[in-house]
Amino acid sequence: MSLEQFIDYFADLLEETDPDTIMATTRFKDLEEWSSLVALSVIAMIDEEYDVEFRGDDIRGSNTIEDLYNIVKSRVE
Amino acid sequence: MAKITYHGVGIKALSACVPRDVVYNKDLGYLIPEEEIEKTINNIGIEQRRIAAPDVMASDLCFKAAQQLMADNDIEPDSIDVLLFMSQTPDYRIPATSCLLQHRLGLSRDTMCFDISLGCSGYLFALSAAFAYASMEGVRRVLLLDGETFSKIVNRHDKVDWPLYGDAGTATLVEKGDYGDSTFILNTDGSGENALKIHAGMRNPITPESCIEREQEDGNIRSDLEVYMDGMDVFNFAISKVPKSVKQLLKETDRTIEDVDYLVFHQANRFMMDFFVKKLKISPDRVPYCIHKYGNTSSASVPLTISSELTGCLNGEKTLLMSGFGAGLSWGSAILSMKDCKVSPVIEY
Repeated sequence: MSLEQFIDYFADLLEETDPDTIMATTRFKDLEEWSSLVALSVIAMIDEEYDVEFRGDDIRGSNTIEDLYNIVKSRVE
Repeated sequence: MAKITYHGVGIKALSACVPRDVVYNKDLGYLIPEEEIEKTINNIGIEQRRIAAPDVMASDLCFKAAQQLMADNDIEPDSIDVLLFMSQTPDYRIPATSCLLQHRLGLSRDTMCFDISLGCSGYLFALSAAFAYASMEGVRRVLLLDGETFSKIVNRHDKVDWPLYGDAGTATLVEKGDYGDSTFILNTDGSGENALKIHAGMRNPITPESCIEREQEDGNIRSDLEVYMDGMDVFNFAISKVPKSVKQLLKETDRTIEDVDYLVFHQANRFMMDFFVKKLKISPDRVPYCIHKYGNTSSASVPLTISSELTGCLNGEKTLLMSGFGAGLSWGSAILSMKDCKVSPVIEY
């Protein structure tokens, strides 16, 4: 798994945000489009693409997309 | 894992009743920014819900559903040996609401009655109990009444819960007959107790303080007597457990998803059910939805969906798969051999 791929999956979940603006350092909760429903689609994406269980506290405890990626990575291995 | 198979019992008839008052989610401007309302409605798939009047209880909705079922199928009250009431919004803390319903429905004093308390998974567990009693010697018929009025325990200023929940009551008649096997797989994980909870009760005694509405996480307002849900944890729980539970049930019963005529999910929200459909690769036309009309009616949602969407569809022999999941955490799936099940359309209270 790669960080670039994870960022692409994340960017695909957004409808109104330009994918080119999504980076590893993006603070996802500051995105105008961020909402509790987008959070659910992140959890669904992580389940589908990585077969990893992601909890509410994982999202609440993360700031950047790389933070999310690192949690997923630690559970895949 | 509790894997249970029943022989020679089945669902003879089913009915449902909803309150007549309609609440529209497009009117939630006081709770959700106007520009987000349409998107929210599309995601959760709930346009409107039915909300019980202050003097209408889950037991009233179930009572009317039961009357309808008994009238539509010429069921004599004294032919019912067991009455189960599944709800987390009973009339009183004491006595059990099933006792009140025995009297109201004119059932015999020889009727065995008790209440069952579970969240959105409740119908699966209660139906398994109904099948178990109906299998026993000495029991002819079991009447299972499953109803909820979550509108009474959800704060109208809680934007996680209020847009979701609606009220409904249902009746399911289970009896012995020429039915094929039905298998249930029922699961529990109490380590997730905090994902969905009403804080005040016996462990945290009810005091005047418990009644005070307070601002909680993300500006949601609620008292300790009202439902809290960690939406992300419940979502994670459901998507990780439900498709696996359905697949396991199919495997254990040597069936494939193609053998299932209808798959009825607990109507949690549209986004989640669409995820299950995709994950299980089942044709969407075999997955009935009524969430757009009635919202999430907790454990009543599986029988309500059957009454709303499958009237006339369960004649002859059919294979019905159902799956429920919710507070506890608790989840289960069942594959039922149906035969000439008489489904009464939804009525209003």
